[in-house]
Amino acid sequence: MFKGNFIDNLPKIYGTYTGGFIVFIILMAIAEQAGMTAKTIGILFVAFTVCIYALIGYLSRTVQVDAYYVAGRQVPTVFNGMATAADWMSGASFVAMAGGIYFGGYTYMAFLVGWTGGYVLVSSLLAPYLRKFGCYTVPDFIGTRYGGNFARFCAVVVLTLASFTYVTAQINATGTIASRALSIPFELGVWVGLVSILLCSMLGGMRAVTWTQVAQYIVLIIAYLIPVFWISNKSGFGFFPHFMLGEEVARLGDLEAQFGLVKNAAADVKAAGVPGGLKSIAVSHAGVPEGGMAAWKFISLALCMMVGTASLPHILMRYFTTPSVKAARKSVAWSLFFIALLYTSAPMLATLSKISLIDPNLPTGIIGKPIAEIMQIEWVNAWINVKQAFIADFNGDGILQLNEWFMRGDVVVLATPEVAGLPYVISGLVAAGGMAAAMSTADGLILAIANALSHDIYYKIIDPKADVRKRLLVARALLIVIGAAGAYIASMRITSILGAVAWAFDFAMSGLFFPLILGVWWKRATRQGAIAGMIAGLASGTAYLIYVYPKFMGNAPWLGIDHLRFGIIGASVCLVVMVVVSLMTEEPDKATQQMVDEVRVPSGKTILGKQH
Amino acid sequence: MSNKEKHWEKTKGLMIITLIIWFVFGYLIFMFGSDLNTSSFMGYPLAYYMCAQGSIIAFVVLIFWFANRQEKIDEEFGFTEKEDD
Repeated sequence: MFKGNFIDNLPKIYGTYTGGFIVFIILMAIAEQAGMTAKTIGILFVAFTVCIYALIGYLSRTVQVDAYYVAGRQVPTVFNGMATAADWMSGASFVAMAGGIYFGGYTYMAFLVGWTGGYVLVSSLLAPYLRKFGCYTVPDFIGTRYGGNFARFCAVVVLTLASFTYVTAQINATGTIASRALSIPFELGVWVGLVSILLCSMLGGMRAVTWTQVAQYIVLIIAYLIPVFWISNKSGFGFFPHFMLGEEVARLGDLEAQFGLVKNAAADVKAAGVPGGLKSIAVSHAGVPEGGMAAWKFISLALCMMVGTASLPHILMRYFTTPSVKAARKSVAWSLFFIALLYTSAPMLATLSKISLIDPNLPTGIIGKPIAEIMQIEWVNAWINVKQAFIADFNGDGILQLNEWFMRGDVVVLATPEVAGLPYVISGLVAAGGMAAAMSTADGLILAIANALSHDIYYKIIDPKADVRKRLLVARALLIVIGAAGAYIASMRITSILGAVAWAFDFAMSGLFFPLILGVWWKRATRQGAIAGMIAGLASGTAYLIYVYPKFMGNAPWLGIDHLRFGIIGASVCLVVMVVVSLMTEEPDKATQQMVDEVRVPSGKTILGKQH
Repeated sequence: MSNKEKHWEKTKGLMIITLIIWFVFGYLIFMFGSDLNTSSFMGYPLAYYMCAQGSIIAFVVLIFWFANRQEKIDEEFGFTEKEDD
C-alpha cells in the first residue's frame, strides 16, 4: 500500500490513521444507537486508542543511538509541530484549562498568553542554535558549551527537578482517566496508565515517542474540537464559535450583574459540606480587575510561563529531531499553530458551558430555577453522586443562586457534552482525548529525564567507554525506574501537596533559562558563571517557594510574587550571579569562543558529531 | 567586519524586533487591560479577546514571519544549509 520510505509516506500514513479513527467514532455512534452501554463505549475508546499507540511504539523500535535520542534527526517540520503540540498540551491543558477559565475568567487567561508566548522565545533565542549544536539532551549543550562534568551535572539536577514535578501530575491524570473509563480503582489506573506510557517509549525512545505523539495529537484535537463546534451549533450560538460568541460573552456580563458575583465565606462553604476542590463562580468572565497590582499579577504570571516554556527540556529536545536548523525554526511556528487550535477553543468551551448553565432563558440553564426541579436532571444527579458537583441552598429560598452551585473545574470539559444533550459517544471521545493528552506529555517528560540520566550522567560522566548496546539498555532501564517512581508518588495521591504544574516552569526558568540563552548570545559567559548561576538560581527560587507557599512557611508574598511566580526570583538571581561571576573569571578560551561563533551560523556541520 | 559578523549583527537586529513585538502582544497591552475592555472587537470586549485569541494568533504569525526573515538573512550571507549537511 505504501511504497518508498517511511518519512515520504507520513501524510498518507497519518491520513489513513485519521480516517480510521473517524470511522471508529462513527461505528461507536452506531453501536450506541444499537444499545451499547455508555460504560462499554468508554472502555472501547480508551482501549482502542492506547493499543494503537502501543503498536506505533513497537513498530518504531530501534537499536541506534541517534534514532533513540533524536529520532534520527529526520522528523519533518509539520509533523514535529504536531508532536510538540501533543508533548506540550498535558492532561491539565485538555481537562482543566476550560474549567480554569470558567471559574477564573480573564485573570486565569494569563495562562493562555503565557503558555503560547514562550514559543517566540524558543524560536528566536534557542531552538535553531541548539539544533545547530547537535546535542542529544539539554544538559549535553550546557556540558559542551561551558565544559566540565560539574556544569553538566547541575543542568541534569535542574532538568530532573522541573520535569519530575510535572510528570507526577501527568501520571496522576492518566490514572484518573483510566480508572474512570475502565471502571477500575485509581491506584490500579495509575499503573495501567504507566504501562501504556512505557509501551510507547520503551523500545524506540525519541523515535517511538515522536510517532506516537503525532497520533495522540490527532486524537486529542479531534476530541476537543468536535464537542465545541457541535455544542455551539446545536444550541444555536453560532456556526463558528470562535468568531461568533461575542453576544454570549456580553450576555454573561449582564447575567453576572443580575445574579451578583458573591464570594462565599469559607466558613459557610465548610458548614454546608461542600466537597473539597469544588468552586462556585465568583469572578467576572470577561471583566478586567482594576488596578496596577491586578495588571502586574497578570503579566508576571504570563512572564513566568513564557520564560519557563523556553527552559523546559522536554520541549526544547523536540527541536533536536528536525533535519535542519531552518526546519527547527519553522517547526516552532507549526508547534504553536497546532497548540493554538486547542488554546483558542478553550475560552469558547468555557463560554458555551457557562452560558448553557447560568442563562435561565435556555432550556439547559439551572441558575434561578427551583432546586427540587434541578435535582431531577439526570446529569446533575450523576455528578453530585460522584462529588464533582454540589448544591448548597445558603439563603434557604429553594431557588438555585449563582453562588449556590458548586462544581469541579474538570467537569466543564467532561460534562458539557452531556449538559448540551450530545450522545454519549462524544463523552467517550473526550475521555480518549484526555488520555492522549496526559500520555503524550508524560512520555516526553519521562524520556527527557531518562535521557539526561543515561546520556549525561551514565555515558558522559560514569562510563564513557560503554558500547551502544549497553547505553541503550541503561536508557531503557532508567525509563522504567523513573516511570515507576512517578507512578508510585502519583498513587499516593500527594500531588495536591506537591503543588501546581506551574512549579515545573518556575524551577526550569530559575536554573536553566539564562545559562541556555547566554551560552548562545554572550561569548563571555564562563563555566564558573554558569555553574554559580544554576546553583544560586535554583537555590534562591526554591527557598522563596518554601518561604511563601501556604503549606510550607506561608509568609506574605513580596510584590505579589506568590508560589506560582517564584521563578521571577530564581531567574533574576541566576542572571545577576551568572553575569557577575563570569566577569570576575577569565574569559572562555579560543576554542569555546569559536564554537559559539560556529553555533550562530546555520550552515555547516553540527558541533557535536552525528553519533556521540 | 567579516561576513560572519555582519550576519550576526542582522540576526541580532531581527531578534530584537521580534522580541519587541512579542513584548507588545504579551505584556504591554495587558498593562492597560481595563482601558482596552471598553472597546470591542467582533463583539468581544477587546482585552478578553486579546488573551482568548488575539495575542495567540499574533504569536503564531510572528514566529512564521521571524522564520522567513531569518532564512532571508541566512541566504543573503550565503549561510543557507545544504541538503546533505
